[in-house]
Amino acid sequence: MMVGLTLGIFVGVLPGLGGPNGVAILLPLTFTMDPTSAIVMLSCIYWGALFGGAITSILFNIPGEAWSVATTFDGYPMAQQGKAAEALTAAFTSSFIGSLVAVLLITFLAPLIADFALKFGPPEFFSVYFLTFCSFVGLGREEKHKTIISMALGLIIAGIGMDTVSGTLRMTFGSNELLRGVNFLVAVIGLFGISEILLTMEERLALRGHAARISLRVVLKVWKDLPKYWVTLLRSSAIGCWLGITPGGAIAASFMSYNLAKRFSKDKDSFGKGRIEGVFAPETAAHASGTSALLPMLALGIPGSGTAAILLGGLMVWGLNPGPLLFVEHKDFVWGLIASMYLGNIVGLVMVLTTVPFFAAVLRVPFAAIAPMIVVSCAIGAFAIQNAMFDIWLMLLFGVVGYVFKKISIPLAPLTLAMVLGSRAEDSFRLSMIGANGDLKVFWSNGLVGSITTLALVLLFWPLIGRALQRVSRR
Amino acid sequence: MSKPDAEIVAGDPDQPEDASPALAGQRAVEAATLALVLAFALLMAWDNWRTGITWESTGPKAGYFPFYLSLILAGACIFGLAREFLTRAVPSGPFVTRNQFKRVMQVFVPTLLYVLVMQWLGLYVASFLLIAGFMAFVGRIKPWISLTTALVFSVSMFVTFEVAFDVIMPKGPLERLLGY
Repeated sequence: MMVGLTLGIFVGVLPGLGGPNGVAILLPLTFTMDPTSAIVMLSCIYWGALFGGAITSILFNIPGEAWSVATTFDGYPMAQQGKAAEALTAAFTSSFIGSLVAVLLITFLAPLIADFALKFGPPEFFSVYFLTFCSFVGLGREEKHKTIISMALGLIIAGIGMDTVSGTLRMTFGSNELLRGVNFLVAVIGLFGISEILLTMEERLALRGHAARISLRVVLKVWKDLPKYWVTLLRSSAIGCWLGITPGGAIAASFMSYNLAKRFSKDKDSFGKGRIEGVFAPETAAHASGTSALLPMLALGIPGSGTAAILLGGLMVWGLNPGPLLFVEHKDFVWGLIASMYLGNIVGLVMVLTTVPFFAAVLRVPFAAIAPMIVVSCAIGAFAIQNAMFDIWLMLLFGVVGYVFKKISIPLAPLTLAMVLGSRAEDSFRLSMIGANGDLKVFWSNGLVGSITTLALVLLFWPLIGRALQRVSRR
Repeated sequence: MSKPDAEIVAGDPDQPEDASPALAGQRAVEAATLALVLAFALLMAWDNWRTGITWESTGPKAGYFPFYLSLILAGACIFGLAREFLTRAVPSGPFVTRNQFKRVMQVFVPTLLYVLVMQWLGLYVASFLLIAGFMAFVGRIKPWISLTTALVFSVSMFVTFEVAFDVIMPKGPLERLLGY
């Protein structure tokens, strides 16, 4: 666990690596462990990455992760005023609170949802998958056609290889390598790992920031003031949890919670100039959302974020099928994971508080040394999944695709999600068709499945509906 | 801690200058990408049509889903292309400047060579060459530092994966010589 946390913080601090990449690259390390300790290690990498992102935002004004961008608004000014230690303590503490709230939510809600979902048949599952896809298109911030391109591409790639229902080969063009299909993790390592290296290289790499040491006195001082900000903390946790479960993501959560904290504050102008609430709000929300993204993954088998999708890919490597059955068949695994979330958080908090100077110094290591090491780790990761040289070439291809897509703002999250869920969505659709003799009305056959399907369609066309409603209300 | 803390500074030997001619525009790259994806979609649609896209009594055939997905993908690409040519809604900034492109190639070309060399020499030797070469020539770090770092990293990877975790990686003549 300690190893996982250390690696995770490391990954979070390095600008070229984020949560999803870190988990994807380090996944092969865990193949030989037993599933429970492997998932504990992976989730610790995840917590570590969440914590680590804050360090660079505050000390260097460089967000290590996209979700720590909002933390730089007030965190960096605080560091400039010599209050780096306070800002860091605030960030770590609020991260801790945010994920704690989310873990509590998972502990109590996940078994209930899983219980409920046990009654699901193929039509219900398909409608839930459909809902996930539609909400991405309808609620995403990116341009709609780009989201659709990304998602359809992911679904098609997921379909390459042998068709699971009929055993027919498709889209392989006679290639033996494509028979296996395109592995999801290989794609992820390329899309996130390799492309991120290319992107980072493009930017200026020189950096200048503040060193900081956290003393116990500062920690206690910040903690004493904590109750004063309970409204901010609570509101941010709620925003985070909500956006984590629905595919809104940690990035949206941190910005939204920062803006709300600013709007409700009596002293709006002091935001952006080093106000401690400006650190509390985004960090709490980002972590609450990052953690609660695991809830739908565990209970329904639907990941709420990119990193959760990769964790899900990892579970499948060990033959564990995430979803409601997991709670029945692998009880000890699920509770082991949930217990590790509590422990990982507490240990992580203590670790980051004590080791900040060390991790900040990591940034002194020149990028020219880190970049090739990351490339090597990516290659090892891609090869280890299926022992195939072809996968390394695929990884390279996906790296280029990821680089271009990111630069012309085609979102990558829908592609990842579609690749994980693609074949399952298709299977459940075809199973429901077999059950219903090819009658589409099965998706409205009872109240539950009908309302989910309808909700999905509403979300899909939400941008159009929203515009129409606005026009009506204006009259 | 009232006075500002010490600073941490990391240098970048050849950072890209701001003023560098654009190599390709955002619009051009977007159009090219959409066209490529469109071609991919049409290829997939054709292949799935061959597999069978009809609806049997037990539901759709294997090609049914991917076929319609290809159509959706193609539709979205056409929409994007049309919007680009008919309206001015797409931002027209530079996609990549010449200096930026040079830097991207500085990573991409070695990576490509790395994968090629891996076929003959195995992963660990190739990794050693990549790290040492990249640090020394691109990062302009002192040769002995580069060589030591690369050696330590490659050997520790070898020990971790090959010896401790039994994850088998592609190996070349050197490993065979050592008896692995």
